Amino acid sequence: MSDETGTGAPAVRVRNLVVGFGPGGDADPVLNGISFEVAPGECLAIVGESGSGKSVTARSLLGLAGENARVSADELSLAGSDVRGLTEQHWRRRRGRDVGLVLQDALVSLDPLRPVGREIADSLRLHTDLGAAARHARVLELLDRVGLPDAATEVRKRAGELSGGQRQRALIAAAIALDPPLLIADEPTTALDVTVQAQILELLASLKRAGTGILLISHDLAVVGRIADRIAVLHEGRIVEQGPAHEMLTRPDHPVTRQMLAAIPVDKPRGLRLSVRAAAPVSPSRSSPALTSPGLASPGPAGRDAPRHTVLEAVGLVKRFTRPGGAEQLAVDGVSFRLARGTTLGIVGESGSGKTTTARLALALTRPDAGEVRLLGQAFSAASAKQRRLLRPGLGAVYQDALSSFDPRLSVEQVLRDAVGGGAGRTGRGGASVSTADRRRVLQLLDAVGLSQGLLGRRPRSLSGGQRQRVSIARALASEPQILICDEPVSSLDVTVQAQVLDLLDELQRDRGLSLLFISHDLGVIQHVSDQVAVMRGGRIVEAGDAARVFAAPEHPYTQDLLGAVPRIGF
Amino acid sequence: MSDLEIQAGLGRSPRANRQHRPPRRFGVAEALAGLFTIFLVTAALFPALVAPGDPLGIDPLSAFQSPSPAHWFGTDESGRDIYTRVSHGTGSSLLIGTVATLIGLGLGLVLGTLAGMLGPIVDFTVNRFLEVLFAFPGLLLALLFILIFGPGVATATVAVGLATAPGYARIIRGQLLSVRSSAFVEAATVLGRSPGQILVRHILPNTLAPLFVLGTLGIGQAIVWASALSYLGLGAAPPAAEWGAMLSAGRTYIGSAWWMSFFPGLFIVLTAVSATALGRGIERRLRHA
Repeated sequence: MSDETGTGAPAVRVRNLVVGFGPGGDADPVLNGISFEVAPGECLAIVGESGSGKSVTARSLLGLAGENARVSADELSLAGSDVRGLTEQHWRRRRGRDVGLVLQDALVSLDPLRPVGREIADSLRLHTDLGAAARHARVLELLDRVGLPDAATEVRKRAGELSGGQRQRALIAAAIALDPPLLIADEPTTALDVTVQAQILELLASLKRAGTGILLISHDLAVVGRIADRIAVLHEGRIVEQGPAHEMLTRPDHPVTRQMLAAIPVDKPRGLRLSVRAAAPVSPSRSSPALTSPGLASPGPAGRDAPRHTVLEAVGLVKRFTRPGGAEQLAVDGVSFRLARGTTLGIVGESGSGKTTTARLALALTRPDAGEVRLLGQAFSAASAKQRRLLRPGLGAVYQDALSSFDPRLSVEQVLRDAVGGGAGRTGRGGASVSTADRRRVLQLLDAVGLSQGLLGRRPRSLSGGQRQRVSIARALASEPQILICDEPVSSLDVTVQAQVLDLLDELQRDRGLSLLFISHDLGVIQHVSDQVAVMRGGRIVEAGDAARVFAAPEHPYTQDLLGAVPRIGF
Repeated sequence: MSDLEIQAGLGRSPRANRQHRPPRRFGVAEALAGLFTIFLVTAALFPALVAPGDPLGIDPLSAFQSPSPAHWFGTDESGRDIYTRVSHGTGSSLLIGTVATLIGLGLGLVLGTLAGMLGPIVDFTVNRFLEVLFAFPGLLLALLFILIFGPGVATATVAVGLATAPGYARIIRGQLLSVRSSAFVEAATVLGRSPGQILVRHILPNTLAPLFVLGTLGIGQAIVWASALSYLGLGAAPPAAEWGAMLSAGRTYIGSAWWMSFFPGLFIVLTAVSATALGRGIERRLRHA
């Protein structure tokens, strides 16, 4: 297998690949004539937004494009041999041997009921005539190679018992079990924390150095920049630009590439637009009434001067959860912060650090075991249920998973009308009793978040991720809150859509003098949006302060680690 | 800047539709089930329209005739036309099935809502009560009820309703709990809605929508059970034209006159199958709506 690659044949060569689906697929193909090749020991990154055809590309190389897919190409060869028109049976013999696949979500890619060692041994059992003992030895060797040090105990664990990073490593071990000349990694790090992401990328880079060709698929240029030798940008089924990584990242030609580069929030100063489509410079054309009131103007980072009125304050919050076993876990352990009017406080931390619990405490959705949340100078978490309800309009919330935060029965219009109407005196589906004033407010909200009226009748389910998040922001703004609490608002979005949503939040903050509590695992995003920043780990805030200071001169070692792991463009 | 997204969305949607195609308007099974249901409903409302004869009219001279152009489904021991009797029996079977399902759903709704909404103590109590009921096979529960209140169509109906209630209660409770902890209920809380408003606007509608499907599926089952009770002589009594009772009457002659039990039995099976096919169809459509 590895000697085949030694003959100089590329791990994969594709010329004029066209893939369409269903009867109309020929007229409007998903992939429209793309060509690329990956040499052994080389990493080609295919980068594009969701819907650009990235995953279809990966699947076509595995003969998994789907039953109703029509795949045609002038050339499609793996390890030097033609794979066009292979039967399913022949494909099965090649998968794993000529090409390995690593998917985004290792949790669903691994059988939850089987030990990972068995999962990895599967391909050895199917493709080689190794005995059980030899297979076991090989599995241990593979786990060691992917950096699961305590391999002997890890093999017996099931997918659910491993952390996200460990699962991804196990999945990579399974994919390289037969030493395939080509490894396809489809968004391998998207679901991971930055430090783990950096480790997985390093692992892929070491495989590359050992001679494996890697086809890396991602929506994020900053991520692929770490290991890719060449980058191909995919847009609407075509490769619009392809070239050496260094050139692509420093001197991009095509507008799509430029737009993707501009969207990366890392190291971009606060207030700088990330999305390039709206050509308007920093000050929006819309007249902004909020700017007329003194003290709210001068939104530039330098202008956010010292003591401002505190709108949201947390004092010594503690929240414990009881695990099923009866053991207690401190999810939030003595967290205090102040959110000043008109500013953004960014809370950053990896999964399990207590960020989301902090957000829920701040929203008074759950009671703290100790400590207190004060909203606009009044007791919030300690107030009666009725009192809290009266205070809630001062606070809006934007969630990571916008879709599940909408009642599935309701259309966009109904969602917004519910939010605008206050819900009082409303019966059932709220048909006739809705006033025209409500209707006008709904239209204003849509306009404020940059959505067209045509979406009013749609169900949130039928909207794109970015549109859903805009509706979610519109709903949060309905009660004219002074504070928005955003819990991972852009984490499930593509980088370019993320840029648009971040720009929108920034614009709304300027226009309305909003104060933002912005929670994210993504340091780049936090750096871009925050005035103040708090770094969380294990339920505690380990470092807090002025964003510029924390990012320029982090004091806590954990912050330094996090910062070091952030993928950035730069050579 | 939203233009970009909207364009991207438009470009993608037809493709996405092609990949995850919504179900066809009507499957073959659904179409057949629909036709049969139309026949059943017509027979139930206007039995004379589909079978003009008298279901109770005896004609000893033509007893035990096998199916023929004159008597499609044959005749029974008293020369009564089986087709006429089966058609005229549709009304009572459908009525029993529907009413029993409504009783079951109603009771299930009350128990499930109590368990799902009133806190852990009520939840615990109701759950243990349901578990006791679950320990008895449904038919046994129905028999127990009939033992106390005496046989008859009305008691059989109530008995079937009672026997199906625990299952519905469980499903409704689970549905309530999952809707109550869903993100959109939390979002409504953040907007400052009171628990009552949230209950009426979000929790109840999202809990009740699936019940429609459940009920359609349940009618078929209820008809089978009611027929079983009649078969055992605990529901409708002969010579009433009721499927279960007819099945029972034909049992004696099963060796010589198979049609006497075959056709009532066929109708019971087809009705249950149709209800299931329609229920599943509605369920699929709701999910894709």
